[in-house]
This record gives sequence, C-alpha cells and structure tokens, in this order.
Amino acid sequence: MKTKAGGGPGKGAKPKRDTWELRLYVAGQTPKSLAAFANLKKICEEHLEGKYHIEVVDLLKNPQLAGGDQILAIPTLVRKLPPPIKKIIGDLSNTLRVLVGLDVRPKM
Amino acid sequence: MAKEKARLLRGGLEKVPTGIAGLDEITGGGLPKGRPTLVCGGAGSGKTLVGLEFLVRGAMQFNEPGVFMSFEESAEELTKNVASLGFNLNRLTASKRLFIDYVHIERSEIEETGEYDLEGLFIRLGNAIDSIGAKRVVLDTIESLFAGLPNPSILRAELRRLFRWLKKKGMTAIITGERGDNALTRHGLEEYVSDCVILLDHRVSNQISTRRLRVVKYRGSTHGTNEFPFLIDERGIAVMPITSLGLQHIVTSQRISTGIPRLDTMLGGKGYFRGSSILVSGTAGTGKTSIAAHFVDAACRRGERCIFFAFEESPSQIIRNMRSIGIDLGQWVKKGLLKFHAERPTVYGLEAHLASMHKLIDLFKPKVVIVDPVTNLSSVASETDVKAMLVRLLDEMKFNHITTLFTTLTAPGNTLEQTEVGMSSLADTWLLLRDIEIGGERNRGLYILKSRGMAHSNQIREFLLTDKGVDLIDVYVGPSGVLTGSARMSQETQERGIELAHQQEIERRKENVETKRKALEAQIASLRAQFQAEEQELKKLTEEEKMRQRSTSQLREKMARLRKEDANSGRRTR
Repeated sequence: MKTKAGGGPGKGAKPKRDTWELRLYVAGQTPKSLAAFANLKKICEEHLEGKYHIEVVDLLKNPQLAGGDQILAIPTLVRKLPPPIKKIIGDLSNTLRVLVGLDVRPKM
Repeated sequence: MAKEKARLLRGGLEKVPTGIAGLDEITGGGLPKGRPTLVCGGAGSGKTLVGLEFLVRGAMQFNEPGVFMSFEESAEELTKNVASLGFNLNRLTASKRLFIDYVHIERSEIEETGEYDLEGLFIRLGNAIDSIGAKRVVLDTIESLFAGLPNPSILRAELRRLFRWLKKKGMTAIITGERGDNALTRHGLEEYVSDCVILLDHRVSNQISTRRLRVVKYRGSTHGTNEFPFLIDERGIAVMPITSLGLQHIVTSQRISTGIPRLDTMLGGKGYFRGSSILVSGTAGTGKTSIAAHFVDAACRRGERCIFFAFEESPSQIIRNMRSIGIDLGQWVKKGLLKFHAERPTVYGLEAHLASMHKLIDLFKPKVVIVDPVTNLSSVASETDVKAMLVRLLDEMKFNHITTLFTTLTAPGNTLEQTEVGMSSLADTWLLLRDIEIGGERNRGLYILKSRGMAHSNQIREFLLTDKGVDLIDVYVGPSGVLTGSARMSQETQERGIELAHQQEIERRKENVETKRKALEAQIASLRAQFQAEEQELKKLTEEEKMRQRSTSQLREKMARLRKEDANSGRRTR
C-alpha cells in the first residue's frame, strides 16, 4: 500500500482547530490492512468529512517507525490529533467502536 | 559440516553458554542453542537480571550481540538498575552489541475493533535483531501483553507464532514469565516454551530470604535437578552448584602445625595437612575457639595470612579472651596478617554471607580460614542449606589450598558424633572436645575422631586451658575408667602413696636383712673366736704335754744314771 495522504477535498488548505490527524500502521498489503484502510476511509468520509488527514505507515518498509508509537498490533490506528493519543487496533470493522475509540460523535 | 553431522548423530544438543557463574555447570553447558528458554519466578526473584546478564555476558564474552525487549522497564531504568552490578549498558548499546527496546502499551489508550495480529512486534524485534546481528533475545516479561491487549486468544496464537519465529531465526532466547498460582507462569507460557524451563524462587524462611534456582525441564539434555541457591552481588548472578568444582582438587602433603605441640604429636607429629578442612566440635565452653586461636597464632607466626569469621563474638572480645590464655592475636591484626570478620548470622541471608566471605577471601588471599562457629549459621537457614554452603565454601578453599578450621557447637543432648549441620563428611580432620564429668567436676577432654591420611593418636587427652595456652595431658586410664581433673590428681596421689609405702617396705626389709646378716656375721665371728680360743688351748695343752713328756724322759734318764743301770739292763729288769 502506498503511503497516501488522503484528505477531505476543498475546505481550506490550513488545518482547522478540529483537524483529525490519523495514522494507520500496516505491514504490507494484507487483507486485514486493506480492510482497515477501507473501513477507516469510509468512517472518515461519513463522520469527519473534510477535517481529517490519514497517513498510512507500512512497517515492512519502515520498520524503525514501529517504536515511536509503540506499535505491536497490526493494523493499528493512531489518533495523533486532537490529543490525547488514542489507539485502535484491529481491522476497524466495528464502526461504532471506532467512533468511540476516536472520540467522534456519530452523525445522526 | 561433517562435524555438525557427527554431533547430530550423537544426539547432542548444542548449547550456548550463559556466562552466568554456576548456571552453565548446572545445565551442562548453557541454554539450548537457537531455542527459547522460559525463566519464571515471582516478583523480585531476579528474572530480568538473569535475562540481562545472559545478554551482557553474551556480548562481552562470547561475541554474541543480543536484543533485550522490555515490556516493563524503560531502557534508562534498566541501565540504572544494573549499573550497580557493574554492567554498563550504555557502552554496549553504543557499540551495537546490545539493543534495548522498550515496549510499552497502555490499556486505556487502546480500543479493539475486529481482527488484528502482532506483526508490529515481529517487525520491531526483527528490525532490532537485524540491526546488530543479534544471536540472543530476551523478552521480559512478555506476559504483560495479556494485560495490555484485550483479546487473549489472538495473543496466544501470536505468541505461539512468535516463539516458532524465534526458533526459525535461530535465536537463543530467554522468555521471562511471572510465577502463577498453580502453574509455572500466570498465563501458561510453558505451553509454548517447552525446551528449557528454569524456575527462580525467592523464599523467606525464618525471616531471611534465600534465592534459589531450579532447572525444571531441559529437553534433550541432562541437568542438575536440585534447587541451587544463588546470589546477586556486584558481579551479577552467581549460582552455587554444589558440585561446581567437583572433587578434582589437587592436594599437598605439606603439614602445618596446629599451634599446640602436644596436638601435633597426636596428629602423627606434624599437625594438619595444608589445604585440609578441620572440624572442631564440642559442647559449649569446651575450648573450640581456643584451639582455633592457637592455629591462627601458629599460622601468623609462619607469616601466613588468616581470616577469622566470627559469628558469635566481636573481634575485640576474642582478642581479649585469647590474651587470657596467653595468645596475643592483636599483634597479628596490627601486622595485617590476621583479619577478623565478625557478623551476626542474622544480618542477612546465607547467600549474602557466602558472598561476603567469598569476596573477602578473594581479596585477602589467606592461607588459613577460621569459621567460628558454623552452627550459628543454621539460625539463618536450614541445615541442608548450611551444608550446601559449606560444601561450596570448602570446595573453593581446597581448590586454593586454604586450610579451613570450622567449629561446630553440639547440643549437650545429642550424640557427640552428630554435628548439627551434619558436616562430618566434609571434614578431613575432626577434633572432638567433650566434657567429662567425674566427682562433681566438669573437665575437658579432647580426642581425634578422624584424621584422613595420617597416623593419629586414638587416646583421650585432658584438655587444660592455662595462662600459657592450651595444654594437653594424659588422662588417667585405670581400672576405674578414665579420670580427669582432681579425680585424676587424687588418683595419682593415691598411687604415689601406695608406691611410697611399697618402697618403704622394701627399704625396711632390706635393713632387716642387713641387721640379720650383721648378727649372723657377729655370731660367726664369736664362734670363730671361741673356736680359736679352744684351738689355742689345745695347742697349749699339746705343748704342755710335750714338755711334760720330755721332762719325764729326762727325769728317767737322770734317775737311771743315778741308779747306774746300763742301758740294756733296764729291759732285763723288766
């Protein structure tokens, strides 16, 4: 999976106060990783439209990065911003739990 | 390659030396190469240290770099913690011989949704291994993952995969695990790591703790199955296998004086063997310390160094007391030949005692070591522990040709031959001091129960403490048994009296005979005088008779002449 900066289209270049900096750690293009990315993308589009930023880190390519965020489980989603740091492990298949984990109030 | 094959055919298991003192002896060479070993134990039992020392020794002595993956302490904390043991982790990490990775997971930060694996851990570990070319890996304590990660079943599957992966990578690994209630580890790690399991224990008995190590399991290898005490001191971990040195030491036949001339003569005239172990046992107040002091004094006089481990009295007390029997130990202390090391046995555990003794002996390099008394150590640990410790100590001493004298206190009720620590088999020479109670008196007796490899006296000697030191004198052995003290004295006086009477009797008889002889001689003399007198008389009579006859014949002639008778007529007249 290529390191890819996805972002909300349009909506101003500079990040707003409530921008969501998300980092997804994967190890190669495993089904779990692909599923996690797809799920994340979907959730973000749905609930954080235009105010999120996803960075995908492939540990197979950059293994030394695993230490920084104390990554053990793959895939792990790290919410860098807003603080505090939150981690969600797994393929993010349970949307409700992802939202709880990210502390995002689901849209009704 | 061919060699390798031959080794495999022999069925030998390749082992990696840990470098931890004693552990390699127990395991017969170290941990199984390329396999994980489980080290489990309770809190504070030294698991982390075993792992860390395994890596440090590996990096420093065997040129095998290692990765330490810590789940509990950060690299800084670890570095600080083991600095006191002389391990400089910073230097090792800087020279790429050690890699410390601190894995920290905060349960509260983590939310779990759906499937995951621990590939991240694998990648980190793999990266660390590759970055320094590691041969050794320690995971300390991987079980804390169970607290950090929510799904145990995934974790178990992943751990199994991890250990397989480590094996495949050929890593000799130590996995530490917290001791569980009914199992070796809390989360059953022994299910996955089954090649070698080492159990550490930190037991408190009589309020004093002793660390112990046991190899529970070692697949494909023989190993010591006992519990071995181990210490953590400034040189790291030291396991004390009883047979670590074995019985291979070379002995000398040099003899050294006991400091008591009479005791020397009892021991074949030359004293103890150098490098032997001497046991002096006896009940309270029989003079064990005095015998030890004599030995020390003699050794110092020869210019040899001595260490006196006192577990009962303070050095100044010993010096004062020994001065009362004419031994000045103070001068040797001043000259630096004698070192006292006095401690209450209860200050710390047996292991620490052994360690401190060991260190002191290493430092001072004595020729003679006194332990007075070893029995006091049993207030700290069980008899078997004390015995194990002594065996270890004596092995060490014998190896270095240090003569060791240890005293033991026998309880009055016990059989004399039974020393409390049951260490008679350790002693080469065994002096037994005992009380002999006779006639309302308590006297000291000494005899040699055994003395390996030399002719020795089998007699009891009475043991006297005089102001000129210990004196050994013969006891009275007579028809009424062994007598000592004033009983011996009175017996001796009595004997002397009888002897005197005998002599007087003989003297008297002699005089008697003399008088008789004199009387007899006098009698003989008087008889002879009488006889001479009679002889004289007889002579006189004969003389007179002759005279008379002569005068008679003269008279007859005269008369004949007067009668004018011729010579022949006379006959005719008849």
